[in-house]
Amino acid sequence: MDTKEIVVKLLTKASTSVPKDVINSLKKANSEEDSLVAKMQYKAILENIRLAGERLNPLCQDTGIHVFYVKLGKYFPQDLKQGIFDGVAEATKEVPLRPNAVHPITRKNSGNNIGRFIPYIHYELTDEEYTEITAMPKGAGSENMSALKMLNPSDGIKGIKKFVIETAFNAGGKPCNPGIIGVGIGGTADIAAKLSKKAILRPVDKLHEEEEIAALEKELTEKVNSLGIGPMGLGGKKSALGVRVEYAYCHTASLPVAITFQCWAARQATARIYPNKVEFLEGGV
Amino acid sequence: MEYHLKTPLSKEDVLKFEAGDIVYLTGMVYTARDEAHIHALDHARKGEKLPVDFENSVIYHCGPIVRKKGSKWEIIAAGPTTSARMNSLEPDFMKTFNPSGIIGKGGMSKDVAESMKENQCVYFAITGGVATLASGAITDVPDVLWYDELGMPEAIWYMDVEELGPLVVGIDAHGRSLYEEVKDITINNLNKIIDDI
Repeated sequence: MDTKEIVVKLLTKASTSVPKDVINSLKKANSEEDSLVAKMQYKAILENIRLAGERLNPLCQDTGIHVFYVKLGKYFPQDLKQGIFDGVAEATKEVPLRPNAVHPITRKNSGNNIGRFIPYIHYELTDEEYTEITAMPKGAGSENMSALKMLNPSDGIKGIKKFVIETAFNAGGKPCNPGIIGVGIGGTADIAAKLSKKAILRPVDKLHEEEEIAALEKELTEKVNSLGIGPMGLGGKKSALGVRVEYAYCHTASLPVAITFQCWAARQATARIYPNKVEFLEGGV
Repeated sequence: MEYHLKTPLSKEDVLKFEAGDIVYLTGMVYTARDEAHIHALDHARKGEKLPVDFENSVIYHCGPIVRKKGSKWEIIAAGPTTSARMNSLEPDFMKTFNPSGIIGKGGMSKDVAESMKENQCVYFAITGGVATLASGAITDVPDVLWYDELGMPEAIWYMDVEELGPLVVGIDAHGRSLYEEVKDITINNLNKIIDDI
């Protein structure tokens, strides 16, 4: 299997299904909901997931802009970069995906989801025996609600919490709630933004490995949900399935905080490429 | 209340709806998002007649995935896009073209709600992201407008639908908006949460 074929397979899976942990979380949210209008939203969402899986049809017509996370190990295929680009163009025709990539100023659509710096590939070096590719097609409805703030270090944890809650309030029902809210703390402006997106890739039922960060995730999830925005902004108990936090050390004079919204259709798919086999993973990484 | 109605929608029908009602629609629905709104308004400003009649029609904020099967178009995914992006365009659009309904997700602003009251138009909420479910209600795609100029997501697609729904009346033609009601509740909650931090 060459990289192009792997990428077509990843994008087919990512655009037609959501990870099991997200489905379970949506079902739980539905069972805990009292509002009839809110329950109607869950019913449509769960029915749509079922139909899309059955027919291998895109869950959402917004099949996203294409972002990839690559963990380069000791072994990596020689056609890695070209294979990702060719795979995106091929999947656009085959699945099919909606051609979403346009020039930012002229708004001219390239027609195949390829353009300058798109698909965007994040690289990370590892010492593993394999190379891992995660496809994360990112829809614009949720992405457009993203925010970045360079806080003062003296704003501290209170400032971080306030920024997250206010940003969730301002987003209202626009990010197709209930989804996942990724929060990146520290680093630089770009690192915080990158971490906020990476945090979304973690399974929604898995808290951060560090106890203090896990506690912050729980508290923020509870506070965002007590806003009452509800599914699709029509009111209800769950406004987010989870708030996920990632952090990096930062300059003593800065406190960057970035927030990325992920809609309920939290699409992602991962494969590990070994010298003699390819392994497709279930769920988040 | 639950309604099963045919498009175009008379203003009499529109005035029956109250925020929170459930509606299923059958008949022609036209997609239009950012670029289609701008393009249509540009035509009207120049005094040019549109090839499509939006009078009493239902507009869908949607950029579908479409493929050609022989000589026919087939829409395979057709969920809603974020309606708030059309907040600044919709009052002008309603005044110029007089549609009776707008389908979308996430709601529209207070100004748009006010304008809906003036123009006797309602906002229907369809669940965001349910593109496979929605495309199942489409029985035919008889035409498309401005495909070459605007591209697949932004073109105006003519969709024949059967029992498209459930749609929730999010903003009725009497000035009531579920989104404003939820906003009032969430502002209250926000202030309490911020005070506690």
